[in-house]
Amino acid sequence: MLKFLVRRLLTFVPTFLGVTAISFFFIRLIPGDPILLLAGERGVSPERYAELQTQYGFDKPLWGQYLDYIWGVFQGDLGTSFVTKKPVLDEFLTLFPATLELSLCAILLAIAIGIPAGVVAAVNRGKFFDQTLMTTALVGYSMPIFWWALLLIIVFSSGLGWTPVSGRISLMYYFPNATGFMLIDSLMSGQKGAFASAVSHLILPTIVLATIPLAVIARQTRSAMLEVLGEDYVRTARAKGLTPARVNGVHALRNALIPVTTVIGLSVGTLLAGAILTETIFSWPGVGKWMVDSIFRRDYQAVQGGLMLIAVIVMIVNLIVDLLYGLINPKIRKG
Amino acid sequence: MTEITETPATATGPAHPSPLREFWQYFSDNRGAVAGLVVFAAFFLVAVFAPLIAPYPPHEQFRDHLLQPPFWQPGGTLQFPLGTDPLGRDMLSRLIFGARYSFFIGMVVVSIASFFGVVIGVIAGFAPSWLDTLIMRLMDIVLSFPSLLLALVLVAVLGPSLMNAMIAIAVVLQPHFVRLTRAAVLSERPKDYVTAAKVAGAKPGRLMFVTVLPNCLAPIIVQAALSFSSAILDAAALGFLGMGAQPPTPEWGTMLAESREFILRAWWVVTFPGLCILFAVLAINLMGDGLRDALDPKLKRS
Repeated sequence: MLKFLVRRLLTFVPTFLGVTAISFFFIRLIPGDPILLLAGERGVSPERYAELQTQYGFDKPLWGQYLDYIWGVFQGDLGTSFVTKKPVLDEFLTLFPATLELSLCAILLAIAIGIPAGVVAAVNRGKFFDQTLMTTALVGYSMPIFWWALLLIIVFSSGLGWTPVSGRISLMYYFPNATGFMLIDSLMSGQKGAFASAVSHLILPTIVLATIPLAVIARQTRSAMLEVLGEDYVRTARAKGLTPARVNGVHALRNALIPVTTVIGLSVGTLLAGAILTETIFSWPGVGKWMVDSIFRRDYQAVQGGLMLIAVIVMIVNLIVDLLYGLINPKIRKG
Repeated sequence: MTEITETPATATGPAHPSPLREFWQYFSDNRGAVAGLVVFAAFFLVAVFAPLIAPYPPHEQFRDHLLQPPFWQPGGTLQFPLGTDPLGRDMLSRLIFGARYSFFIGMVVVSIASFFGVVIGVIAGFAPSWLDTLIMRLMDIVLSFPSLLLALVLVAVLGPSLMNAMIAIAVVLQPHFVRLTRAAVLSERPKDYVTAAKVAGAKPGRLMFVTVLPNCLAPIIVQAALSFSSAILDAAALGFLGMGAQPPTPEWGTMLAESREFILRAWWVVTFPGLCILFAVLAINLMGDGLRDALDPKLKRS
């Protein structure tokens, strides 16, 4: 296990360097002079230009800039946003809890519905319920979620008036940002209605973001269950006279969950990609919306930092999933 | 017993059906896959014959008919069966022309991604271990970025346009082809026919692309089908974010973005383009499932 851990960690380092290199050099490929962009429309004097160039390190050769950047990254310095003039890392960390809260709610919803649905479908293989469920899952999997979001807004926000259209909480409430998680903060504030408001803002974005992972988890659970249900130990459990609920729910599901766990871990990338669209549509103040805004504002320092941080988050989650998988399934360790 | 129903070849069992026939047998067993194929074919015909089918050119504006609802709603007429958009253009015609863009996007993206992906994958499968490691590490790096985010940044670098969006999506989808091809090549390489070809003096290029590659195609074809639908989805998402096809192109995602501010007043300008995307993607995914069942020997009920 230790060998597996070390080998896996060793592949992490070059991938990490590659990710920083890609986010660094991509941004340098963007046409246009960043200093002129920084100076705005008023233009800039040659002296000031040189000064800014030195300040941002643009006078050095490209590889020198890259080394500086990497050095900064290891010290937690991802540069300063061109637009807000705040450190990129600070901006990211302020906005990240919003994305995390939304993503966690979405993945919990996907698991809470997807796994039971997959199990029931597998147990009733080929029957009406199974077919309906799998068709629904395929529809969910094929869903353009940005359109799905608009549709839900038309029906539930503007049509029925049940949920708000955008934001994280009604402007009526104000309380300190203790944890960054609106659900927890609003509860702690003790203000009447604040928690309900936070929940109602969270419902539609959560449904939208959960749609694709939910479909994937349901499909994966079903196929993993089908595989397991044919195994000898399940037949033995049945022969012992255990109730179907116990056989399916304990003996089979436990083993079927191994591949499902992997799929859940790997859907983090999907979630973050989905967050870009979901947050943009619902004006959710998280990193997805921030990335899109930064791209449109040509705030390349922010784009570069955000791109790298998001990739690193995905990499760390994948690493954890791999390690967990190695822990559960000894066959992988040798591979 | 007036007829002999059994063929003389009973000793070896019935004659093996041709691969194509066998494939169709498995594929047509899956009703969803056949339905997907029918819808896909219908979309394809619509895309090809768009100028003949569409009642109006996609950019023609009818200034007296801004945001007219579909014909079954009060205020709608059969002149514009699915209504008009905020600029008075016929929705139906724009949707029909939109099919062209989606198919074009799917074709171009899958061609680029699969061509480079397969070539790199075969090379990685045959390469010495340092090159193999290098290639796979590079692919890992690309896969570390959420696909839509990387595509978005790539388009920002290249400049927003449909062509650049297609290139970006192809770059993002290509590592999947590399991984799949490499894995298939690695599982074929130790087989006897490969050794035989090597002993017979096949040059590396021939060995890679003529001897081994044709035996690796099944998973690649399935991946190509699934990539076709992701390409359409991602391109629509980029269009929606303003980084794909630019207005007034009647691309479905771009149409959605253009009409977003009208969702509370005119549901049809938002609903129909999305439905088209959903149906096209769903049809292709259904087909992809059928292809996998038919091509993947592990799942065949033999």
